[in-house]
Amino acid sequence: MTHHYAYYPGCSLLESAVEYDRSVRQVMDVLDAELTEIPDWTCCGASAVESVSRLLTYVLPARNLALVEQLMDVDDILVPCSACYLNLLRVVEDTRHDKKLLAQINEALSVEDLRYTGRAKPRHLLDILINDVGTGAIAARTERDMSGFSAAAYYGCQILRPYPVFDDPRQPRSMHLVLEALGVKPMAWDDEARCCGASLMVTKPEAALASVARILDSASQADAVVTVCPMCQINLEAYQSKAAGYGGPRETVSVVYLPQLMGLAFGCTEDELMLNKNMSLAPRFRAGMRQGWATQGSLEETVVEEA
Amino acid sequence: MRQMTKHQALTITPLPQDSELCELQAMLSRCMQCGTCTASCPNAQAMDLTPRQLWRLVQLGQLDRIFESRTFWMCSSCYTCWLRCPRDVEPTRAMAALKRLAGEHDRASRRKSAFYRAFAGNIRRYGRVQETALMSSYLTSLASPRRALEFTPIGMKMLGKGKLHPPSRAFAGRLELLFRKVDEMEERT
Ligand code: SF4
Ligand code: SF4
Repeated sequence: MTHHYAYYPGCSLLESAVEYDRSVRQVMDVLDAELTEIPDWTCCGASAVESVSRLLTYVLPARNLALVEQLMDVDDILVPCSACYLNLLRVVEDTRHDKKLLAQINEALSVEDLRYTGRAKPRHLLDILINDVGTGAIAARTERDMSGFSAAAYYGCQILRPYPVFDDPRQPRSMHLVLEALGVKPMAWDDEARCCGASLMVTKPEAALASVARILDSASQADAVVTVCPMCQINLEAYQSKAAGYGGPRETVSVVYLPQLMGLAFGCTEDELMLNKNMSLAPRFRAGMRQGWATQGSLEETVVEEA
Repeated sequence: MRQMTKHQALTITPLPQDSELCELQAMLSRCMQCGTCTASCPNAQAMDLTPRQLWRLVQLGQLDRIFESRTFWMCSSCYTCWLRCPRDVEPTRAMAALKRLAGEHDRASRRKSAFYRAFAGNIRRYGRVQETALMSSYLTSLASPRRALEFTPIGMKMLGKGKLHPPSRAFAGRLELLFRKVDEMEERT
């Protein structure tokens, strides 16, 4: 069955996280889901605007929800970025009981002749994969033997907190289920939902680097950390050498987006998944991409060759 | 961690008339000082007051002591405390409210909210975030060449991956009307 979604990429998927955008589109295409980008969408305020203006925190994401309601014939919005997802969801959740807030939002939106009614429904990528597409369909599309691959599923903060819509925030399983459907082994670890520091990396790097170091260290046995958020991804991959000074591992830890790994399992090419954009892929991961992960033994030799 | 002395706990600062502060106090009146938020906070070791101590100061209305603290600037909005608080206090919301209040009412805090203001300014200007322009305006506002240099290696790496772009003007000004309206509405309250 073909599902149809409004698509909200969010700003970072046009910039430092283009590989996330590309791989989401690629994988959803393989899974027969149709995405239509919200016409004229604008920034949702990310995780920074709440620190400046309470009203903008609601009005910026609400503008995008209103666009879906007014211009599109679908209600479900696929949102890959966790911060965007939370911002859009907060409007839905908080206006449900607070009619004064809803009126304020609509007063602001009236300058653009827009109106939010509560019909549009933001859905995180993981939610859609688990509940609409289903693990059966994911398993059915998997072409490669991924049995030798171990992944550290990293959920981060904002997809299940504070609104646990589709999974248990204390013990999230949704990404584990996707990984298992691919034939990948999810590693057992404790930091799967621990905060990566988010924008503290820019304002208070010492604090964020300590968190990144800890997460990378506890994930370092896996073949890759798998993320579903551009903020988590950039914090975990771009700051690895700095994090080494805070107790992080000295060796590169591979960090990939979930749809990139799905795409690899589906047999998509590295180009189609923009894997050349990732800022930290260990030699072992590169070798696995080319030769497959089922044959663990020969990988070690390849690493030596490449080095 | 700073201890509250008896004397300090008794100095109650008069509150500026601010509806947001009243809402915040109403929410934090539910706090029973159990410390679960402090115990779950991944950034607690970088804070001077613990989150629990901060809530006590809010209850007491000691705004000047709150604004002196770096605690709320160290909150990364991870919502762990919110998930675990037994009294449904929503501490993450309180941290964000304190960032806003400090940015508005405390001159010394203006600099600390520079990144968030640069971010909002970037959206207002370009409609969609333009990361390169955002980082350069933030680093310029810090007026610290050393801090700027700390980001050079990351910048170079991102440049090498083709992840830095000159700002796109495709949506420039698109949100100006909405920002103006929100400004006007916020001034009214
Ligand atoms: S967890 Fe809740 S009740 Fe306990 S100290 Fe923190 S805010 Fe107060
Ligand atoms: S939301 Fe802020 S205060 Fe609460 S646990 Fe996370 S970093 Fe700490």
